[in-house]
Amino acid sequence: MAETTLVEEQAHDHPSDWAYVKIALLLAAITAVEVLTYFESAITVFENNSVTIASLMVMMVVKFYMVAMYFMHLKHDNPLFTRLFAGGLALAVAVYVIALSAFEFWA
Amino acid sequence: MAVTEDPLALTTGDAAIVERPLGVLTRPQGGNGWRDWLSTVDHKKIGIMYGVAAMFFFIVGGIEALLIRVQLAAPNGSVLSADIYNQVFTMHGVTMIFLFIMPLAAAFANYLIPLQIGARDVAFPRLNALSFWVWIGGAIFLNSSWIVGGGGADCGWFCYSPNSGLAFSPSHGVDFYAIGLLITGIASLVSSANLIVTVLNMRAPGMTLFRMPVLTWMLLVTQFLLLFALPVITVALFLLLFDRLFGAQFFNPEMGADPLLWQHLFWIFGHPEVYIIILPSFGIISEIIPTFSRKPIFGYSFMVFSGIAIGFMGWGVWAHHMFVSGIGPLSVWAFSMSTMFIAVPTGVKILNWLATMWGGKLRFTTAMLFAVGTVAMFTIGGLSGVTHALAPADTQQTDTYYIIAHFHYVIFGGGVLGLMGGMYFWWPKVFGHMLNETWGKLHFWTMLIGFNLTFGPMHILGLQGMSRRIDTYSPGFGFEFWNLVASIGSFVIALSVIFFFFNVWKSRRDAPNLPAPGPDPWDARSLEWMIPSPTPEHNFDEIPVIESDDEWWHRKYGYDENHNVVRVATVEEVAQDGSATGVHLPAPSFWPLVLAAGLPLIGYGLIFNLWLCVLGGLLTGLGMYAWALEPVDDPDADHDHGHDDHHDDDDDDTEGAEAEMADVSAGDEEA
Amino acid sequence: MATATDAAVDTADHGHDDHGTSTGISNTKLAMWGFLGSECLLFGGLISTYLLYKTRRGPGPENTVIPTDVFDIPFTSVSSFVLLMSSLTMVLALSAITRGDHPATRAWLLTTAMLGGIFIGGQVYEFTSFIREGVGYTHNPASSAFYTLTGFHGVHVSLGIVMLMSLFVASKQGKLRQEHSETVEIVGLYWHFVDVVWIFIFTVIYLIPVD
Ligand code: HEM
Ligand SMILES: [Cu+2]
Repeated sequence: MAETTLVEEQAHDHPSDWAYVKIALLLAAITAVEVLTYFESAITVFENNSVTIASLMVMMVVKFYMVAMYFMHLKHDNPLFTRLFAGGLALAVAVYVIALSAFEFWA
Repeated sequence: MAVTEDPLALTTGDAAIVERPLGVLTRPQGGNGWRDWLSTVDHKKIGIMYGVAAMFFFIVGGIEALLIRVQLAAPNGSVLSADIYNQVFTMHGVTMIFLFIMPLAAAFANYLIPLQIGARDVAFPRLNALSFWVWIGGAIFLNSSWIVGGGGADCGWFCYSPNSGLAFSPSHGVDFYAIGLLITGIASLVSSANLIVTVLNMRAPGMTLFRMPVLTWMLLVTQFLLLFALPVITVALFLLLFDRLFGAQFFNPEMGADPLLWQHLFWIFGHPEVYIIILPSFGIISEIIPTFSRKPIFGYSFMVFSGIAIGFMGWGVWAHHMFVSGIGPLSVWAFSMSTMFIAVPTGVKILNWLATMWGGKLRFTTAMLFAVGTVAMFTIGGLSGVTHALAPADTQQTDTYYIIAHFHYVIFGGGVLGLMGGMYFWWPKVFGHMLNETWGKLHFWTMLIGFNLTFGPMHILGLQGMSRRIDTYSPGFGFEFWNLVASIGSFVIALSVIFFFFNVWKSRRDAPNLPAPGPDPWDARSLEWMIPSPTPEHNFDEIPVIESDDEWWHRKYGYDENHNVVRVATVEEVAQDGSATGVHLPAPSFWPLVLAAGLPLIGYGLIFNLWLCVLGGLLTGLGMYAWALEPVDDPDADHDHGHDDHHDDDDDDTEGAEAEMADVSAGDEEA
Repeated sequence: MATATDAAVDTADHGHDDHGTSTGISNTKLAMWGFLGSECLLFGGLISTYLLYKTRRGPGPENTVIPTDVFDIPFTSVSSFVLLMSSLTMVLALSAITRGDHPATRAWLLTTAMLGGIFIGGQVYEFTSFIREGVGYTHNPASSAFYTLTGFHGVHVSLGIVMLMSLFVASKQGKLRQEHSETVEIVGLYWHFVDVVWIFIFTVIYLIPVD
């Protein structure tokens, strides 16, 4: 494992510009679908509220993940960065979800 | 923001152009006059300044405490009006927590972390100076409300709404509270990021994470708690401030808001905060107890992991402060359970300290007395904590003097006593002479007795039903006797603090006639004791290569064939003599101070006149840009350049210890 | 962990000052990631506040309109898209400077800043039109929380623009050399983070329907 990180670190092999453009195109496409959910009549499945919310959340997570992993290079960088950031993120989600639960927010 | 230009500064080629970006303040050179203190980026000087300022605010908070006790010494007290009383207890709490304990812990963190990991400075020396100046600006700002704000904040240190709203707190006190804590929060945030990077990145060769002293570990956990807890109170304070200044509707129930939101945000920060307060002290006594027991710390890895566990679990218990605020039975159940569990890692620590002392050759120096006192008093506070983890019991105890007793046993008994022990322990390292042991012991015993006289009776008063935060009480409830005892006790504590300051003065006066303490007066275990006392400016002549935990001790002692400990070297043989010259150190700078000075101005501006905000903003912006354009290294300074430590063989290490070049202002965005 | 990374110290050569650190990674970058982790709790608090309050209307006719009543999803979609694409241009700026292509670096930096500027312009327009439609900052918890959250985000974007422009100017003056690419990377991290926060806000605050 140490081997691969070393190699990766030295090579500094960030994606090529073209790869970035492809990622951006994908992000744009996802965003388009997201916005479509707003025009419920466009796609029939989005008439159901919980389906809409679930798919919106999934799309959001995918976008978030892609930006963090590729544009912010977490995928190719030292895992310490990922841990530090994911730690803050997970902590934030945990404490605030619990706090909102205490307000019976989800009910 | 400094991030944008900083590395540019490294280009030696155009150094001449960028060196005095605005032609105003000439680059300070090293030395010891007042300018050097204002412009220093040396972690040791910054640590000393934190310590001095913290002790000053200890006196301020202490006077406030004495006023409270004078008022409550007898029924129908009339020394303070109800209004002033509210201000005094609020400012007492805020001062003691944010302006005394936290900065005192920061003093230890700044001074000791680089020494304990074998580094020449912290990762970002100028940011370190910035943290201090921002903090002290916030501290002065907060207290200036006595003079210009129409009185101190009067909402209690946790400042619950609706008491904190304009209706119930019309003076500017709460605005000063909110802005003051925002400013000190920026300081702590910057400093936490700085120290985390320092510990992770600046360790001497061989200093793996699990060879670091327990103190460094506990300080590291503390910095993580700060890093993640401060933004939460930042949100809360902003909401409060916007309610008060701009008429926002975050906490006004008439407009459909929920005051419980404040309580949640405050305590999501607040409980980690109590560990921010206690963990440095735990770390300190984890250094003192092994040294004076002449044994390694018992269960090093348990010590470290329980500290980490506390750091995690501390995030899941906050609503135990809200058992009676109507959070619902499920929440009460869940938080009651988690609170009981958090006592477990705490208990592990207590057992480990006891096991370290068990069978050791104990030497009861003042530092050791304070450490043992810490363990004992903290245990009492921990036990009363468990009693209010039980929600039904807490329903009786909450908002009574029983709670006051609990948290003073943990914060004063567990926190302050430990920090005092740390002072006696590291004083020779910092100032080059010992504190007097006789006066030290007097200090300890009066403090211990005074402390128990003051806070012990509060358990009884609380269980008898005396509410906290009442400005007086009528005769006939049975409160008279114990209140009088508590008030007497508080003056005993005051006496002990006077003994301490006397000791500081006397020890300094006597020092020239006494033998110098040498690098290692206590026969201690960690790296800071292998260098001269006081610490030379460059810390280590040569960055040591670490081969085990308790590295310094292992350089002095080994084992014979029967596995008995034997001395293998004298201190003189293995200590460094501090004689290195030409060591490359980061150059001082005035810009952190300039940048920091803008923030209180912005604060005053928000309250009084927006033009002041403009002025403050300009000053801060100027500070940032000048900072960014100023090279980290002074091209004019008369040391040789580069990685030119006079020891060729440790060239690699010194590079790591050189101040890292790029100072990213992690906290700027908050400004 | 320590041993694996310690080994990297000697070999990793990134062209900047990280070869002397215990973990082999740069101090500045580590600090930036820590700061971003911390920012998660800041925005998390603001977002939770809004979620808690999003349907809370004040009493009295003038206080009843809440932001969700007046959301203009097509408009916000466009400005969200603009911000998203600024992440692409940001990463292209970084890629340009690591190649040593300074004109391209400047072009992408400027484009990124301009896209950010368009986003901020959109936000100003959104705020003014919302206020015209009766959603005042002080009218109800929902509106206070909405403006505070999006305002904090807007301030972050604006600070990012200042940083980008500083880089642009530095590059123009020839001070932003190829070996300083890490500076661009770190500003980029901040910029992408602000984008990522908006990805969250756009979905959770704008798109998820309230009933
Ligand atoms: C054994 C571990 C501990 C437990 C189980 C515990 C439990 C509790 C509980 C349940 C409360 C709320 C009581 C109420 O307001 O009704 C409380 C209050 C408090 N605790 Fe602890 N605690 C522990 C350790 C600590 C430590 C280590 C500190 C600080 C160094 C601390 C500081 C405080 C403070 C400041 C308050 C009162 C806040 C206020 O109302 O002003 N506690 N504790
Ligand atoms: Cu607590």
